[in-house]
Amino acid sequence: MNFYLLSLIKAAVMVGALLLTLLYLQWVERKVIAHVQVRLGPHRVGPHGLLQPIADTVKLLTKEDLMPPGVNKFLYVLAPFLAIMLSLISISVIPFGPAVDVAGVTTWMQLADVNIGVLLILAISSLTVYAVVLAGWSSNSKYPLLGGLRSSAQMISYELPLGMAVAAPLLLSNTLSLRGIVEQQSHYYFGFIPAWNIFHAPFPQVFGFIIFLIAMFAETNRVPFDLPEAESELVAGFHTEYSSMKFAGFFMAEYANMITACSMATVLFLGGWNPLFSPRYGSNYVPAVLFAAAGLMALWFALHPPHKGDRKTMPVFGLAAFVLAAIFLVPALQAILLPLFWFLAKAGFLIFTFIWVRATLPRFRYDQLMRFAWRFLFPAAILNLLVTGLLVALVG
Amino acid sequence: MDPILFLIFAAIAVVCGINVVLQTHPIASALSLICVMGSLAVIYLLLGAQFIAAVQVIVYAGAIMVLFVFTIMLLNAGAEKKSAGSLVSRAVGAPALVALLGFLSYVLYRAFPNPLAVRFGDFTLGTAESVGKAVFTTYLLPFEITSVLVLIAILGAVLLAYKELD
Repeated sequence: MNFYLLSLIKAAVMVGALLLTLLYLQWVERKVIAHVQVRLGPHRVGPHGLLQPIADTVKLLTKEDLMPPGVNKFLYVLAPFLAIMLSLISISVIPFGPAVDVAGVTTWMQLADVNIGVLLILAISSLTVYAVVLAGWSSNSKYPLLGGLRSSAQMISYELPLGMAVAAPLLLSNTLSLRGIVEQQSHYYFGFIPAWNIFHAPFPQVFGFIIFLIAMFAETNRVPFDLPEAESELVAGFHTEYSSMKFAGFFMAEYANMITACSMATVLFLGGWNPLFSPRYGSNYVPAVLFAAAGLMALWFALHPPHKGDRKTMPVFGLAAFVLAAIFLVPALQAILLPLFWFLAKAGFLIFTFIWVRATLPRFRYDQLMRFAWRFLFPAAILNLLVTGLLVALVG
Repeated sequence: MDPILFLIFAAIAVVCGINVVLQTHPIASALSLICVMGSLAVIYLLLGAQFIAAVQVIVYAGAIMVLFVFTIMLLNAGAEKKSAGSLVSRAVGAPALVALLGFLSYVLYRAFPNPLAVRFGDFTLGTAESVGKAVFTTYLLPFEITSVLVLIAILGAVLLAYKELD
């Protein structure tokens, strides 16, 4: 098929899926935090608050779009667009699965396999700081300016350990293409230990993975590194003066950056779309079993409803889970769905970790944040890289 | 496709480059400079030097210019006033510019008389592998000396900052 047409279709599918995920990630986050804090979370709009994101979007779209006096108009409008654009670009090089046949066309479940994929993502993530800085500066207000300054210092500091942590798995994989990195992690040691970079000989990248995750928390401005928008000190930080959809733009960008960060961690350290154990031991049936178990649980809750409305909604959820389980057993669809399932399961678990951390950890103080980056994280990342390089040179 | 993209991004680079000088506000100048860096990265990419393009964005646009913008914001530098300029600069400025451009084009034309020597995507040594090989074999000594130089600069900066603190 025509390359341009195929790319357009893939881009449309990917953008659609990504925007829907962004919409519902906010619901997931509110629900998870609510349950960590023993609350119910959104529960009024639709069953279990499932229509809440749509209601929120309508609210944000119809709100008055304020432009405070004295702002630099061009940069003030540019900043949220820049934030969304940069955060959506990097998903284009993430590989979600291997080559698949769809209606006679063989294609990769990836928009573009750039052979400098890792560097491209690093380059784009190093540019995202401008959105925050420009938003803070152009607002012509004290709190946003302080938020923007903090953000630029924080993001530059944490980019160094991030780069060092990314370099170590690259030494093991010997390529910069994200697809090549995943393919290189597809075998198993002794038939059962997956050769993901986090378990990879000669030096398992456990430390690299932890450093990468911590640096990514800081790069995406998430708790405990959300100093650019610390409410107790800076009102709302760099987006204090923004309202309506421009304000929502920064939130979308934050969630999109989180998705990219988790996809990157999955590709670099957790073996991308490769299953946890070999299909010889039945890893092809894991999704079906999991969804069937979820369905059974939903049916059990339908019989013993914890809340009044659950008697009606839970059977529907249970049925949906059973249908999903059945879909995963269709052999023709397994080639497409299984890699996607494993990728989304790993990335989804990491996103859950992001939310989990937000629900449980307090915020750093600013000097603690800087000291942690320069005195601990950066040396640790360099040490990790040195040991990896030495062992690769000795063994490989 | 390639020549069109080259013309677009070359034009952006030149216009933004002129804009760096014309703008009175330091932030606007810095942002124009970032646009120049970005367009240069695209031109590197068009020529086939992928690694250099990515590093151009990561180092210049992503790190050095962020520090520039950070400093400008921290010092809260306002817009500068445009002076009328001296009589000499107004009289000689335009002819000198034309003369300089003419001289540069003449030198470039003499140095590269065959314009077909540069072709899009022809340069194959711009990948990460070949840059790494070149740096660690042919140019090992200059590379190491540069790294020592950078280290000395870092130590000097730290020393100066410590003096300031006391």
